[in-house]
Amino acid sequence: MRITREVIEHVAKLSRLSFKEKELEGFISQLNEILQYVEKLNELDTSDVPPTSHMFFTKTPMREDRVREEPSPIDRILENAPQREDNFFIVPRVIE
Amino acid sequence: MPPKSDTDLTLLPAHVLHEKILRGETTSSEITARIFENIERRDRKLKAYLLLMRDEAFRTAEEVDRNVKAGGRIPPLAGIPLALKDNLCVTGTETTCSSKILKGFIAPYDATVVERLRAAGSVFVGKTNLDEFAMGSSTENSAFGPTHNPWDISRAPGGSSGGSAAAVTAGEAILALGSDTGGSIRQPAAFCGIVGLKPTYGRVSRYGLVAFASSLDQIGPLTRDVTDCALLMNVIGGHDPRDSTSAEVECPDFTQSLRTDVKGLRIGVPREYFQEGIDPEVVESIKTAVRVLEDLGAERVDISLPHYGYALAVYYIVAPAEASSNLARYDGVKYGFRYPERDNLIEMYAKTKSAGFGPEVKRRIMLGTFALSSGYYDAYYLKAQKVRTLIKNDFEKAFEHCDLVVTPTAPTPAFKLGEKVDDPLQMYLSDVFTLSVNLTGLPGMVVPCGLSSNRLPIGLQIIGRAFDEETLFRTAYTFEQNTDHHKQVPDFSKIETA
Repeated sequence: MRITREVIEHVAKLSRLSFKEKELEGFISQLNEILQYVEKLNELDTSDVPPTSHMFFTKTPMREDRVREEPSPIDRILENAPQREDNFFIVPRVIE
Repeated sequence: MPPKSDTDLTLLPAHVLHEKILRGETTSSEITARIFENIERRDRKLKAYLLLMRDEAFRTAEEVDRNVKAGGRIPPLAGIPLALKDNLCVTGTETTCSSKILKGFIAPYDATVVERLRAAGSVFVGKTNLDEFAMGSSTENSAFGPTHNPWDISRAPGGSSGGSAAAVTAGEAILALGSDTGGSIRQPAAFCGIVGLKPTYGRVSRYGLVAFASSLDQIGPLTRDVTDCALLMNVIGGHDPRDSTSAEVECPDFTQSLRTDVKGLRIGVPREYFQEGIDPEVVESIKTAVRVLEDLGAERVDISLPHYGYALAVYYIVAPAEASSNLARYDGVKYGFRYPERDNLIEMYAKTKSAGFGPEVKRRIMLGTFALSSGYYDAYYLKAQKVRTLIKNDFEKAFEHCDLVVTPTAPTPAFKLGEKVDDPLQMYLSDVFTLSVNLTGLPGMVVPCGLSSNRLPIGLQIIGRAFDEETLFRTAYTFEQNTDHHKQVPDFSKIETA
């Protein structure tokens, strides 16, 4: 199967990436080359094989739900914000 | 400048330096000073480091020296200079993952491994270069330029932990930590002629490691010899409640496994790993290494891993899929770089990501998003996960007949910088022997096993059963004690600047 420009543009939109025309051309051929290689998986009949997502995963560990007495990390966290005001991240207007 | 002690302290393993510190023959401050001198002389050409932590390093070294002087006991790695890959968080220190998108990000907390090393008295030298977000096999995908191989600066040190491997090799650190998602500790260790370990998935906490592919990532040591590797694992291994995938499995004292005895161990040699496309010198070195172990009493068993040829295809669906999800968080809101777009939120995301990520990261986000997208999920992602099961079953069957599996680490010794950058698939193929170990969660160790005719290191990969690093240590230690490969060093005169 060959991935068309339309699909690539849709994936770029889902990925929140934008490309210049020349970059997009490059991606179309490289992704097709990689996906063509990946096609070899279809040589295998896996109809009865269960999927593996994690090797040794058993269950999600739970911790005790209790309030911890420690200094709030809010300032340390917000120090990295490209733009902040008080205890908020500032972003471009979302609602008109 | 000649070294002040008789021997070059910066080329000794940590366990030897520890003895010297205890005997008063040297101090942590002296070792640290020598390490920083090497960095000054050599790193302009090597570019192993992105950031140096000089003040903190000397403060820790002096504290260790005071403790020794006062007659206090110090842990085995106290006062020993160690380099950290720049995808590990250190409180108050910039953590970039070699990406423009994280430029300026100051970690607000310590990774668990960093916290444990701090408590053990480690001297942090600095943060080392990597392929952007650990995606690559040569460090050429770093936004801050490539690291060079100390054995030949026209060649790649491997990747993605290339900076850590180069630093240990060139006496710019005694020990280092890297991370390994598809071979990123083991392939650079092989290319640089040092020891590297990717522990069993879950053995080492990933808390504070910037995520690439969460079902594959593991932190591990890069060291001069097997003993140092065991000492470093003793510090970083063990359960951590802050990582939900951290295994609640007892972590043994790995130094107990350092004994020269492989009698009766069954060594599996997979026939699929010695097919076309492998450098004949690599094949010869690995075969010689197997004979060395056989001569020492191990038993060679020919095994088959029939789905070996599908691992790369599985990996290049699974890893990008997980990466595309993990990297969604770099949106210009919470940390790092933001494109100055004021009017539209969606535009701000797209412009930030497009300007902040390099080409390989974008390629993998695209590939992963595609494999997970509606209409393609079953054909690609689910299919890859099913074949992952077949690869896992291969190893389970193999381990019924052998106690460990040995393979080459990479198809060739270190390749030239620039040789593979324009051909992603060729670059991916350099990890063809290491990927299955991540896909199956198994532990894999690399030890030096020879030099090519043009003096480039070759590494032997030893794969063990899950949570059986002990057999790896035992085998690697026996091999090392009966060979001289780990004592080889590059010609440093070629990388020094006046």
